[in-house]
Amino acid sequence: MTATMLPAQGGSLSASLGVDYGALAPLFIILGAACVSVLIEAFVPLARRASWQLVLSLAAIAVSLVLVIVRAVSETPATIVLAGSLSVDTPSLFLWGTLLALAIPSVLMIADRSVEAGGAFVADPEALAEAQERARVRAPVTVGGGSGGSGGTGGSAGDGAGRSPRGGQAPPPEMHTEVFPFVLFALGGMLAFCAANDLLTMFVALEVLSLPLYLLCGLARRRRVLSQEAAVKYFLLGAFASAFFLYGVALLYGYAGSVRLSDIAAAAAGGLRSDTLLFGGLALLVVGLMFKASVGPFHTWTPDVYQGAPTPVTAFMAACTKVAAFGAILRVFFVAFGPTATEWRGVLWAVAIASMVIGVVLGLTQTDLKRMVAYSSVAHAGFLLIGCLAITPAGLSSTLFYLLAYGFTTIAILGLITLVRTGDGEATHLSAYAGLATRSPVVAASLSFCLLALAGVPLTSGFTAKFAVFSAGLADGEAPLVIVALVCSAIAAFFYLRVIVMMYFSEPAADGPSVSLPGPLTTVSITLGLVVTLLLGIVPTAALDWAAAARFLG
Amino acid sequence: MSALLLVIILVPLVGAAVCGALVRAGAGPKGDTTAKTVGFVVSLVELVLVAVVWAMFVPAAPTRFQGELSVAWIPAFGTRFALGIDGIALVMIALLAVLVPIVIAYTSFTRSSEASAATGRGGTGRFPDGRGAGGFVALMLSLQGILVALFAATDVFLFYVLFEVMLVPMYFIIGRFGGARRQYAAVKFFLYSFLGGLLMLGSIIGIYVASGTRLGQASFDWTTLQHLAAQLPLSTQIPLFLGFFAAFAIKAPLVPLHTWLPDAGAEAPIGGGVILVGVLDKVGVFGFLRYCLPLFPLASQSLAPLALVLSVIGVIYGALLAAMQTDMKRFVSYTSIAHFGFIGLGIFAFSQQALAGSSLYMVNHGISTAMLFLVVGMLAARGGSSRIADYGGVGRIAPVLSGLFLVAGLTTLSLPGTNSFVSEFLVLLGAWPREPVYTVIATVGMIFAALYVLWVFQRTMTRPLRGEAVLGGGPGAASAAALGGVSDGGLRDMLEDDASARARARFGDLTGREIGVLAPLVLLIFLLGFFPQPVLDIVNPAVSATMSEVGVADPVGPNGVAR
Repeated sequence: MTATMLPAQGGSLSASLGVDYGALAPLFIILGAACVSVLIEAFVPLARRASWQLVLSLAAIAVSLVLVIVRAVSETPATIVLAGSLSVDTPSLFLWGTLLALAIPSVLMIADRSVEAGGAFVADPEALAEAQERARVRAPVTVGGGSGGSGGTGGSAGDGAGRSPRGGQAPPPEMHTEVFPFVLFALGGMLAFCAANDLLTMFVALEVLSLPLYLLCGLARRRRVLSQEAAVKYFLLGAFASAFFLYGVALLYGYAGSVRLSDIAAAAAGGLRSDTLLFGGLALLVVGLMFKASVGPFHTWTPDVYQGAPTPVTAFMAACTKVAAFGAILRVFFVAFGPTATEWRGVLWAVAIASMVIGVVLGLTQTDLKRMVAYSSVAHAGFLLIGCLAITPAGLSSTLFYLLAYGFTTIAILGLITLVRTGDGEATHLSAYAGLATRSPVVAASLSFCLLALAGVPLTSGFTAKFAVFSAGLADGEAPLVIVALVCSAIAAFFYLRVIVMMYFSEPAADGPSVSLPGPLTTVSITLGLVVTLLLGIVPTAALDWAAAARFLG
Repeated sequence: MSALLLVIILVPLVGAAVCGALVRAGAGPKGDTTAKTVGFVVSLVELVLVAVVWAMFVPAAPTRFQGELSVAWIPAFGTRFALGIDGIALVMIALLAVLVPIVIAYTSFTRSSEASAATGRGGTGRFPDGRGAGGFVALMLSLQGILVALFAATDVFLFYVLFEVMLVPMYFIIGRFGGARRQYAAVKFFLYSFLGGLLMLGSIIGIYVASGTRLGQASFDWTTLQHLAAQLPLSTQIPLFLGFFAAFAIKAPLVPLHTWLPDAGAEAPIGGGVILVGVLDKVGVFGFLRYCLPLFPLASQSLAPLALVLSVIGVIYGALLAAMQTDMKRFVSYTSIAHFGFIGLGIFAFSQQALAGSSLYMVNHGISTAMLFLVVGMLAARGGSSRIADYGGVGRIAPVLSGLFLVAGLTTLSLPGTNSFVSEFLVLLGAWPREPVYTVIATVGMIFAALYVLWVFQRTMTRPLRGEAVLGGGPGAASAAALGGVSDGGLRDMLEDDASARARARFGDLTGREIGVLAPLVLLIFLLGFFPQPVLDIVNPAVSATMSEVGVADPVGPNGVAR
C-alpha cells in the first residue's frame, strides 16, 4: 500500500529517486507473502492449506528477519525511501527485527492445532460442511459420538469435539486458514507503521495493521460471543481513535504545511506563528497512538479484547502491536516534536502516571489471567512511556530494548495460558491455577519465571529493561515519574505473586483443569520466549548495544 | 583466593541443582533421602572451604577487599561481576556456612520435620503433607549460594540483583514448607522486601546517573562510588541515602517497618526461620555498614538521629511485644527486633567500639537466634503446638531440652559469659560517649530482655505440668486437671507422678541427633563469650575503614577512655 501512495505523493520525484529495494525488501517480502497467501487460500485444496500457509508465513518472516539482520550488521547507511514516506534507519531496523522475531513465535502459536484440536480459530465453513457430512455418514455406526454435536451453527462447532480429544472420533473441522494472510498483512502494516516518516503513511499503515486485527479478534473457536464482542469493541474504539489521529494529522498539516515529521519539527523550531495548531494536532495524534499502544486512560479496550480474542492472537497483539505503536510514538516524539519537548512533556507525564496507576490498581482486582495480563500491559505501557519521554539517545535505546524484552515474555505467558484447559477450553480463571505445580511442575515453573520477569525481578529481561528505562528517565530529570514507577512495580508484584501462590502453595482442586501437552509449534514458541527472557536478563549486552546504536534519521 | 571465592559461591548452587534434580527424578521418599544426604555433604564441603578462606584471609592487609575478582558483565551499563571480601563480609559468610549444615541436619535427620496432621495450634515446625525435606534442602543451598555472593559483591548493581533474587528461594521456603498461614506470610515477606528493594533501585539508578555526570563515566564499582561520595552535596545524598535506608530498614527490620518479620518468622519452617532471622535479615545491617555509611557519609551523619530513634524504639518495643507473645516463634521474632535495635544503635553512634560491637553482634545474634529457634522447634515438634500456653513443667519430663532452652534464653538475654554479652557491651560502651541518652534507654532494654526470656522459660519449663501439648488429651489430662482440686498431699503426688510418667512417655527428651545438632551452637556460644578476639580481629580493619569513610573521629580513645 505504500507503493500505491507513491504517485499521489511523490509524483515526478519518484522517477528520479528510484526505489531502494534493498532497504525495503523486508516490507515487500511480508506484503508480497500476504498476497500469495490470499491466492493459496483461493486455489490450494483444503487439506493442504494450513501447512502451505504456515510454511509460507514462516519462510517470509524468516527471510525478512535475515535481511534486516544483514542490513543492521553491515551498517548500511540509513536512507529515506519512497519519496520521503519511509525511513529505514537504525531504530527502524531494530523495530523490524523485533517485530519479525516476535512474529515467529506468534505464527507458530496461531498455527498450532495440537493444544486445541483443530486450532484456536473458528472452523472454516468448507471444512465444517465436510465434517458434518462425515458425521452424518458415521452417525449410524458410532452412536453418541461426541463430535455429533458440532452440527448447527458455526458458533458451537468445536465444543463437542474438544471434549473428546482425538479419540476414535472424527477430527474436528479445520480452522479458518485466512488467519495467516491476516497476520501477514497486519505485520506488514506494523513494519510500515514504525518506519513511517510522514503522518499520512503512518495513518495508512495504522489502518493496514488494525483491520486484520479486528477480524482476528472475532475468530475464537470457543466463547464465540465474548470473542465477537471483543472484535466489535476493538473495531469501534479503534475507528474512533483513527479519527482522532487523522484529525490531528489535519491540524498539523495546517500548522506546518507538510505531513513529514522533519518538516513539522523545522516549522516548530523556526516560526513565530501560534502554536495552537501544533499542540492541538499533537494532542489528537497522541490519543490515536496511545490507543494503539494501550496506554493509560486510552486503554479501555485492552482487557476485553485480550480476554475475548483467541489467545494466540492476544499474544500477537500484545507483543507486536505494542512494539509497532511504541515505535511510532518514539518516532513522532523524537523526530517531529523533539525540539518542543519541554512544552508538551508535562502533559504526558500525567498520562504516564495515569497509565501506571490504572494498570496496577485495576490489575489488583482481576481474577482472570488474560485480563490480568491486559492490565499489566497497561502498566508496562506507562513504564515504556518514561523511556519515550526522555528525548535522549538513552531514552530511545532503553525503550527499544524494553519492547524486545516485554514482547517475548508476554508471548511466553500467553502461550503457557493456552495449555491450562478444562473441557470448555482454556481455564483462565485464577482459581483454576490452584496447585498447578504438583500437577505440572514445568508449566508452573515457566509461568512463575515469566511472571517474575514482568514483576522485574533481577536475572530476567524484565529487570534489565526496567533498569535501562528508569535510568534513562532519571538522567533526563524524570525523578518523580521514576519513583511512581518503582512504587507501581512493587504493587504490581502483588498480583503476579498471587498467581505463583495459587500454583505453588495451594492444594489442587479435585476437578481442576488439565494441562495439555503442547505440540511442537507451541513448545517452540514458549521455549523461545523463555530463553530470550532469560538471556536478556543475564547477558543482554548484544541487544543493548544494538539498541544503543539507534539514531533516528529526520 | 579469588578463585576460591567463586568456588564457595558455586558449590552450594551446584549442590542445590543436584538436590533439586534428585528430588524430581527420585519421585518419592527415596529421591528425597538421597537429596538430603547430598545436601548435607555439600554444606559440609562448603563449611570446609569457607574455613580455608578464613585461614587465608589477612586481617592486616592494606586493601579493603581481598580476593578481588572482576569480570565485565553488562558493558552497556558498566556493571561488572565483581567480588571481594572484607572482614565483615567474611564473618557473615562464615556464620552462614556454620548455620546451613546445622539447619539441614536438623531438617533432614531429626524427627522434627516428619509430616503431621495440621493441629491448628500455631506452627509446629513440621512440613505440610507430601512435601519432603529434599526440596527444602535444595532451596536452602541455593539461598546460601546467593547470600555468599551477596556478601562478597563489590559491584552495587550485582549487590542489588542478588538482594532481590535472594527473596525467591526464601519465598518458596516459607510458602511451600511453612505453617498454616504460610501463603499470607510468604507474600507479605516478598512484597515488603521487594518494595524496599525497588526504593533502593531508585537510589542506585540515582547514584549511577550522578557518577555519570560527575565522573564522566557512569559506574557501579563500590570503590569508585565511595570516592564519589566526597563530591556529592548533602542535598543529593539525602534522597539517595533514604532509598538505601528504606530497603535495609525493612530488611533489618527497624520498627515501623518490621511487621512482616513476626509473620514470616512464625510461619516459616524452623530451619527457614533460622536462616531468615539469623542471616537474611543481617543483609539489612550489612547494607547499613557497607552501603549507607560509606557511600553517603554526610547524609548518614545528618540522618543518624532518625536511625537512632528508630533503633531505640525497636529495643523497647520489641522487648515489650516479645513479653506479650503467646506463640513461641513470634516470641523469637520479636526478641530479634529488639536485638536489631541494639545493632542499629551501634552503627549510627559512629564509634569504633560500637561499630565493632554491631558487627560482632550480627554473628552472635545469628548464633543465639538459631539456637533459640531450633530449641523451640524441637519443643514444638514434640507438643504439636508452638503456643506458650500449651506447655508447662517441661523441665520435669525433658531435662536436657529444658537445659538447652535455658542456654538459648540466657544467650538471648546477654548473660555475661555468653557470646551476646560481649557484643552488647561493646555497643553500649561505644555508644555512650556520643549518645548517652539513647544508650541509657537501650540499657533498660537489657533488663526487659531478662524479663521476657525468663518469663517464657518459667511458664513453659518449670513445674507443675500444664498444658495440652504436654499432657495430651484423654485420662492423663483429666487426672492432671484434677490436681488443682486435690488437697491431700499423698494423692496429689501420686496423681502427678502418673501424669508425669505418661507425659514423659509421650514427649521424650532430646535424641542424640538433636543434641548433636545443637552442640556446635552451644560450643560457639561459650567460645565466643570468652574468646571473641579472633572474630574481632577479622572485623576490626573493616570497621576502621568504615569509620574513616564516614569521616567521623572516634569518640573513644585508643585506651578505651572517652575523649
